[in-house]
Formats: sequence, structure tokens, C-alpha cells
Amino acid sequence: MRPFDYHRAADPRAAVAAVARRPEARFLAGGTNLIDLMRLGVEAPELLVDVSRLGGGRIAETEAGGLLIGASVRNSELAADHRVRDDYPVLAQALLNGASGQLRNLATVAGNLLQRTRCLYFQDVTKPCNKRSPGSGCPAIEGEHANLAIFGHSEHCVATHPSDMAVAMVALDATVHLEGPSGPRTTPLIGFHRLPGDAPDRDTVLHHGELITAVELPPLAAARRSLYRKARERRSFAFALVSVAAALELDRGEVRDARVALGGVAHVPWRATRAEEMLRGGPLTEERAHAAAEAELAHATPLRDNAYKVPLAHRLIVRTLLDVAERP
Amino acid sequence: MSVAVRSIGAAIDRVEGREKVTGEAKYAYEHSPPGFVYATALQSTIAKGEVVGVDAEAALAVPGVLGVLWHEDAPRLHEVSDAELEILQSPRVAYRGQIVGAVIAERYEAARQAERLVRIEYSEHPHDVLLRADHPGFYEPEKVNPSYPGRTEEGDFDQAFATAEVTIDRTYETPAEHNNPMEPHASVAVWREDGITVYDSTQGASSVQDIVAKAFGLERERVRVLSAHVGGGFGSKGTPRPHVILAVMASQAVRRPVKLAVTRQQMFDFTGYRTPTIQRVRLGCDRQGRLSATAHAVYEQSSTIREFAEQTATPTRMMYSGENRRTSHHLTRLDVPTPSWMRAPGETPGMYALESAVDELAIAAGIDPVELRLRNEPEVDPETGHRWSSRSLVACLREGAERFGWIPRHGASRGPRNGHWLTGTGVASSVYPARRRPSEARARLEPDGGYVIEIAAADIGTGARTALTQIAADALEVSPGEVRVDLGDSGYPTAPLAGGSMGTASWGSAVVKACRELRATLARGDTPGLPVEAHVDTGAEVQGDEALARYAFGAQFVEVHVNADTGEVHVPRAVGVFAAGRIVNAKTARSQFIGGMTMGIGMALHEESLLDLRFGDYANHDLATYHVPSCADIEELEVAWIDEHDPHVNPIGAKGIGEIGIVGTAAAVANAVHHATGIRFRALPITPARVVGRVSR
Ligand SMILES: Cc1cc2nc3c(=O)[nH]c(=O)nc-3n(C[C@H](O)[C@H](O)[C@H](O)COP(=O)(O)OP(=O)(O)OC[C@H]3O[C@@H](n4cnc5c(N)ncnc54)[C@H](O)[C@@H]3O)c2cc1C
Ligand code: SF4
Repeated sequence: MRPFDYHRAADPRAAVAAVARRPEARFLAGGTNLIDLMRLGVEAPELLVDVSRLGGGRIAETEAGGLLIGASVRNSELAADHRVRDDYPVLAQALLNGASGQLRNLATVAGNLLQRTRCLYFQDVTKPCNKRSPGSGCPAIEGEHANLAIFGHSEHCVATHPSDMAVAMVALDATVHLEGPSGPRTTPLIGFHRLPGDAPDRDTVLHHGELITAVELPPLAAARRSLYRKARERRSFAFALVSVAAALELDRGEVRDARVALGGVAHVPWRATRAEEMLRGGPLTEERAHAAAEAELAHATPLRDNAYKVPLAHRLIVRTLLDVAERP
Repeated sequence: MSVAVRSIGAAIDRVEGREKVTGEAKYAYEHSPPGFVYATALQSTIAKGEVVGVDAEAALAVPGVLGVLWHEDAPRLHEVSDAELEILQSPRVAYRGQIVGAVIAERYEAARQAERLVRIEYSEHPHDVLLRADHPGFYEPEKVNPSYPGRTEEGDFDQAFATAEVTIDRTYETPAEHNNPMEPHASVAVWREDGITVYDSTQGASSVQDIVAKAFGLERERVRVLSAHVGGGFGSKGTPRPHVILAVMASQAVRRPVKLAVTRQQMFDFTGYRTPTIQRVRLGCDRQGRLSATAHAVYEQSSTIREFAEQTATPTRMMYSGENRRTSHHLTRLDVPTPSWMRAPGETPGMYALESAVDELAIAAGIDPVELRLRNEPEVDPETGHRWSSRSLVACLREGAERFGWIPRHGASRGPRNGHWLTGTGVASSVYPARRRPSEARARLEPDGGYVIEIAAADIGTGARTALTQIAADALEVSPGEVRVDLGDSGYPTAPLAGGSMGTASWGSAVVKACRELRATLARGDTPGLPVEAHVDTGAEVQGDEALARYAFGAQFVEVHVNADTGEVHVPRAVGVFAAGRIVNAKTARSQFIGGMTMGIGMALHEESLLDLRFGDYANHDLATYHVPSCADIEELEVAWIDEHDPHVNPIGAKGIGEIGIVGTAAAVANAVHHATGIRFRALPITPARVVGRVSR
């Protein structure tokens, strides 16, 4: 591990200034991903600026009736918050389906959004990887990619974003609040993560030195009737093969609003807008759920060894929609 | 003569339990001899070729770095007859991840930083790492691990198979699997002109002592290996691994004690693994289900530097009756690390294939799979013709069926569907040889009236120290509290390693003998005063063991739920019934059986090392990506044992319990998945990716 400086920032602006000044500086939150990557040599920052104690640890109600979640709220706290459990159950479930109890006690909201891919090559510095070392190549395309993307990948990278939490948040139309060298801004979570294109080294639209200060959830009628389902290789402590976040607003049996997002299928938490369109304006029948899944998955472009994700995602979408429709 | 039983069998707590839970128990890496420094291993990044040069300049410039070793400047070793251990002696690279150097530094962080700065230049050759049925390199090894014949033939298999009324011919596959005990391998080496001390995480202090002495050209007595506490091994610590040699070399090079911890990632490179297997099983029986033809051909791999042939087909030689039988092993040498022991080598993959095939045969013959096994119970060992010292497979199957609530079934049938969960049940037999090896031991009565047993045995977390305490207490006719067992030190009387489920039998025999001699001496009353001691060797006694077939048996029953949407397989309950002679400690024995079955569920559903064809290594190499069961995966496990009195195995009557629990579990799970889904999965593990496209909703 390369020697590094450690600095505890006094406030968000100071944190931003400290990181912005040095190109190889990184924010440190729970450290559950960053420290692992440093041990592996994937990350070798010269400075860590600890932002886990910046006071972004609160969950507040917004005037609009939504929630403003501080960037350093721990995953376990967020999952236990009664407002989240009552008004956005899909989010609490997504969190509780992720990692393990110990990790959730450390992991923060911002860190979870910004965790890096679990692609095996990305984590092995003895091998090439365009994301870690631009231009070196992508061995996953010909190699081990059974748990990588079926949507939106490129010839440069086929990785997936591993977060569960982000899948629920993207379904809920969350907004990310940022503090940057040139002041604060907000950006929708949809579009915050990037598709790999020809620059897979950039996971998100964040600029160097930009700090996530909070994530805002809008009030959303559909969110109360929502579910998160995750298919995985073991029952705890495994990343999603495919996951589905689904929320429905029903009006006398008709779908007024539908939210569907998929995890484990793309470089971003994947909002299944085609499926949503198919669902709106009719009853939620098994047939229509199938049609919605089909509409989305018709656009999947699986790789040699991950075609199983297409039927898996299809069935999981249908099952989750049928189950969510039955919720009171 | 057997021992009068008083504390044997009792479910007493581990004698070192308190030390362990309070963190006082010191594991290898926690020993810090004065002046110690750190070493880390440098590994090849090619799978085949030569190291042509090492540029260590940048690494040596890191503050605190003391040196970089590679084959041009490393100390020369004497021959050790295991090429895996002959590290840094030649430029040759035989597999990716092989040790090609070391960094030695005063701080661990400095060593890790410097590691990445060493530039190693290679001449690289194309590699060949994939085991496939049509590999041109297959040959038949004469012996398979440890020294069984590679091929056996009885009767005329071809003729019998051709004329059998019911036959099946199936091929099963298991992937490479890596042992991964909780405590990664670690060595702390202290090299001096006159001798070497190593604190090592090993299953056998005496065997590490032997190898280190050989490698460094010393008398055995000049080497001391200490391993008081070991956090698991599953066979991967049964033989000395290359890092031990590296630690000693590093200590020799810098003349200071050296700590070397193998990282979790490195445990997928040079600490051993189970070979992948391709197994063809052919069975033929009559309409009553009586086996007439049995063939088991195994295809597996070893490295180019050492032959290790897993004895995968050996259980097929003795499991069931039938006059015509052929078993064979076919090995090919690839540019991969040498496979080694992993919990029940041979039986684990072999019984997965055999017990799956028996299930398929039962269905083809329309006979309940429990019943089919009962009908093929051999009178004597079909392979050798020897009598069984005891054989309780039938009792295990009956007792297991009873406890589980097994519903007999005839021919193809499906378990009930519960919503979108498909449910099924499966059964398989377990087996493991009950052997023992010669061992020495010492028993002493101290002036304070306490008894001390000394033996170079290992407690790798199994509870061996506790079991030996109970055995000694009974042999001495005192309470366990009056006995202290000291082990994990090669300075104590030489003992075989903790492996092959032979520990309790081998060490226990020596402990009993030492205790008896001590009592005899004390009874004579002609000693000048305390302490009084007796040192014994069971060599002659073990050599003289009668020729009998000695095995432990078991039966496992499993229920599975398969999610028709996602292909996820859950195991809500499993029952294992074992007959393993006398159970010495009911508590630690239960843990061994449960641990074995848990590992067997992992083998069935999770464990798989993913071969990377391009780079020639295993692409997943940590516990986040190499999955073993989490607590949530293991629900109701019921373990029971049959009381078995077998005076022929050893004076304690114990058969060994460390490995049998994993044997057969994977087949029971796969058989249950077949019952639930109607689909036979002949390749492990049974993952959602494999299941989802094949089950119908
Ligand atoms: C074995 C294992 C299993 C796991 N399983 C799952 C799972 O099933 N599902 C799942 O979703 N996750 C899983 N995780 C991942 C876990 O959720 C993440 O590691 C965690 O959320 C990261 O949060 P952190 O606060 O520790 O981030 P850190 O490791 O501290 O930081 C992660 C990244 O975010 C950056 N960062 C942190 N805070 C900010 C900020 N405020 N502004 C800008 N940048 C910031 C850091 O610079 C760093 O690049 C698993 C992790 C492990 C180790
Ligand atoms: S998929 Fe992306 S992260 Fe993985 S090796 Fe290719 S470039 Fe690297």
C-alpha cells in the first residue's frame, strides 16, 4: 500500500477544497470499499479526506414532503428509519439485501452510490482493465463475465454497478446533492451513473473534488406499494445476479404509476422505462407483467456466459410486479 | 484391550475454549520474536516460462525495505522431493501465482508497497490450463493418493454391463475448489546458525520439521516447529506449503526473525486445492436392483512439477456389492498449481458421482433409492475380500430415513410444488476409511500430582486437545481436570499429521499406550520419585494390525426448495446419521459432522474456482467472489450417530469423524434437486445461472 496522508475535514467546503487541490486525493466515508481497493492496489490515493463525520448523518423531511438523506447516513440507519420503512419500503428492503450487518453499519449513502464494480479483473492489478487502467483492454469480454452486464455495455467495458440501494433510489427518482469547487448543485440520480462508452474509467458524472452531501427522495405515491427482490448465489453476503425494484400506484385496479429498476444488469442502476410504459394505464395482470418484462428485455444484449440473466430478469420482474400489486 | 469408558463420549467443552474466546490463544502469526521483520511473497504473473530478470531498484528504495530475493540470489536449498517447495532455485515458472521472489522489510506496509515496485521480466510460453475430457495428455498414474493402485479390475465389467437388465452411463463434473480455512497460512521463522524455529499454522508439526530440516540441510533435531493453535486447515495445511520455506529463506537472508502471512488471495495460488474432475460412471443391475456391473473412470489434473492424483474412484471399489467392477484414474499435467488434499480427498468428489449415479439407477430400475442401497450391501469388502471391522451403512440409512421421514418412491417422481417453490428430497451414503498411523507419545506424572501428555499432534480447531484429554483421563482412570495435553510442538514425541481423519485414532492409540505404561511403572513403585514418565511408540502395534476393511459410514437426507422464478436452491433441512465407532466427545464431534455437511452444501450450491483461460489462474480469489455458505444458507441440520463398538480399529474404538460429514452431501442435494425439478444437474455447483433457464415456472 502506498503511504498516504489522512485529513479530517472540518466542513464540506474544506473537504472539497482539500480534495480538489490534489488530483490523487479521495474522500473517505465508511471505507468498506475504498480501503479494500487500496489494499488490493486498485486505488492508491496520496490523501484521504475523511468526510464520515461531517454532520451529513441526518435524515430530514423536506417541505415538499419527501426525505433529505445526509450523505454519511449509515446503510443500517437508513434501513431502520420508520419514514423510509413506511413510505419507501423498497429502499429499506434494498439496503437490507445488501452486504452484511457489519458492513451496513459502516457503509454510507454516498459511499454506497460510489462503490466500484465487482468485476474480477478490475480488482486484480496484475491483469489489464480499461476501467482501472484506461487503454489496457477489457479481458472480461472474452473471459469471466457471468455476472456482468446485459444492457448498455460497450466494447471497452462490460461491468455492472453492484449497489442494491442505488437501484431502489433510481426507481424513486432520487436527486443527488453535491458540493463542488464552484459551489453546490443537484443532479438527478438517473444519469448520475454513466454507461461505459469509451471512458469506462468514469463511473459517474461527478467531477474531481465534488462531494455528495445528500440524496433527496421526492414524495411519491407509488413508493408505498413497493418491493425489492434480489436473486443471488447465496442467501446473504452476495451481490445481485439480478435485482428488481418495483413500485406501483394503482387506481381502481388500473396502474397509474409504475416504477421498475434493475440491478446487476448494467454499468448503472437500470431504470426499466420501457417496462414502465407498458404497465401504465391498464390493470396489472400476469399477461401485462410479462409483456412489460419482454418490452425491456427485448433490448438486452447478453454476453457469452450471462444469457441466463435474461430469463432470470424476466421472471423476477413478473414475480415482483405480481407480488407488489397484491400488497395492501 | 480396550479402555474403560468414563469421560470418553462426554460432551465436554474445549479445554482451550476460554483462551480462544478471550483472544489469549496465540496463533502462528501472533508470535513476535525480538527483532522480527516481515516478508511477503512475489508471485509470477505468467503461467509458463522463465524469469529472466528482476529489477528491484525502486523496491529497495522504499524506506524500511531490507531486501528482495529471487532465484539468482536466494539461498540454495537441499533436495526435498517436492518441486512445489523448491522455490527460487531456478528461473522456471510452472503456474501463474507461483512464488518467484520475496520482499523483506521492517514494516508490513513497506513490504506491500515495495512488492508492487519490483519489476520482473519473463520469457513467456503458451500455457495449457483447461481440464477437458479430450485432453491429449491423459495417462494412468500407477498410484493415487496416498498409495492406492490407480486402476482396479474385478470380474468382467464389459460383459456384465452389456447384459445387465438396467444400466446407466453418465458423466459428472466437479470444479476446482479451494480449502480456505478461517486462518490463512502463516509462518514466523527464526533462522540461526545452529538451528531453525518456525511458528507455523500447520496440521503436522513433525512433517514441517522434517521438510524444513531436509531443505536447509540440518539434522531433524535442529529444527523446531510450534503450532499450538491452528485456525483450520481442511487438508491445505497437511503438507508444508512453499511459504514456510520462503519464510525460513528470508530469515536466513537477513539474519532476523521473519513473519510471513499468506494473503487470502494467495490461498487460491499456492496452498493447494481440489482438482476439478470429470467422472464417467456406468452401473448395471437386474430388475431387483442388484448391481452386477460397476465402472468409474476419473479424469483429473496435476501440475507439470509434481504428480498428485486424487483417489476419486476409490470409494466405488468398496461401497456396494457386485462381482464385476472397474475403476481407473486418468491424469493430465497442466500449467496449474499442484492440487492437494481438501477435506476427504477422493471420497468427496467420487461419492458425488457414485451416489448421483446410484440415484439415477434407482429411478431407472423403479426402486426406492434407499432400498436399492440396502439390496447391495456386501458381506465382505468387494475389493479385498477382507471382513469389515464393522459396517453400519444399513443402520445409518434406516435411522436416517426414520428421522427424516423419508417417503419411499419408485421410479421417476416429483416432490410437491409450493407456490413458486419446487420441493424435493434426496439421499446419499457417506463413507470414509478408518485408518491409523504409528505415533509416539509421552505421559508424565508431575510432582504436583497432575498428569501431562506430550505429543507433536495438532489441534486445528477440531477439538483434538480435548479428545486426547478425555482419552488420557480414561486410560489413567482419573478425571479430565487432572490431565493436561501439550501438543503442537515438534519437540514433543513425533506424531503423524492431523489428516485422513486419523488424528484421534493414531494419537489416541499412543496416548493410551503411554498412560498404561506410566501406570504400570507407578504400580511397580520402584521409581526414585516424581516426575515419572513413559515414552511410547505404537509403530509395532500399528504394523501388526489385522488385515480388515475399516470404514466409517453414514447416510444423508436432504430437502431442497428450488425457486422456479430465479433458480435459487435452498436447503431448509438435512439429516446426517453416521456410524464412526466410538464418539469421543459428543460436542466437538457434532461440530465436525455439521461442519462437514455445511461444506458439502457449499460444494453442491456455491463453491467454484473460476478458471481464467487467458491468464491461467483462478479469476475469483477472495471470499466475496468464491462463495461458501453464509449462516443464512444453513438452516436445520440434524446430526445423529449409531453406537458402534469396533474393537478392531484401535484401543479407543474411534473411527475418525473429520471428513465423513462432507462425503455424499453434494449428491444428496443434487438428487433432491432432481426430485424437485425433474432435472439432473451433473455439474457442480448448482447455481441459479445453471438452473434458471431449465426449470419451468
Ligand atoms: C464483501 C462485501 C459484500 C458487499 N455486498 C454488497 C451488496 O450485496 N450490495 C451492495 O449494495 N453493496 C454491497 N457491498 C458494498 C458496500 O455497500 C459498499 O462497500 C459501501 O456501501 C461503501 O460505502 P462506504 O461508506 O464504506 O464507502 P467508502 O469505501 O468510504 O467510499 C467509496 C467511494 O465513495 C467515495 N465517497 C465516499 N463518500 C463520498 C462523498 N460524500 N462524496 C463523494 N465521494 C464519496 C470514496 O472516495 C470512494 O471512492 C459489499 C461490500 C463488501 C466488502
Ligand atoms: S468489464 Fe470493465 S471493469 Fe471489467 S475488465 Fe472490462 S473494463 Fe475492466
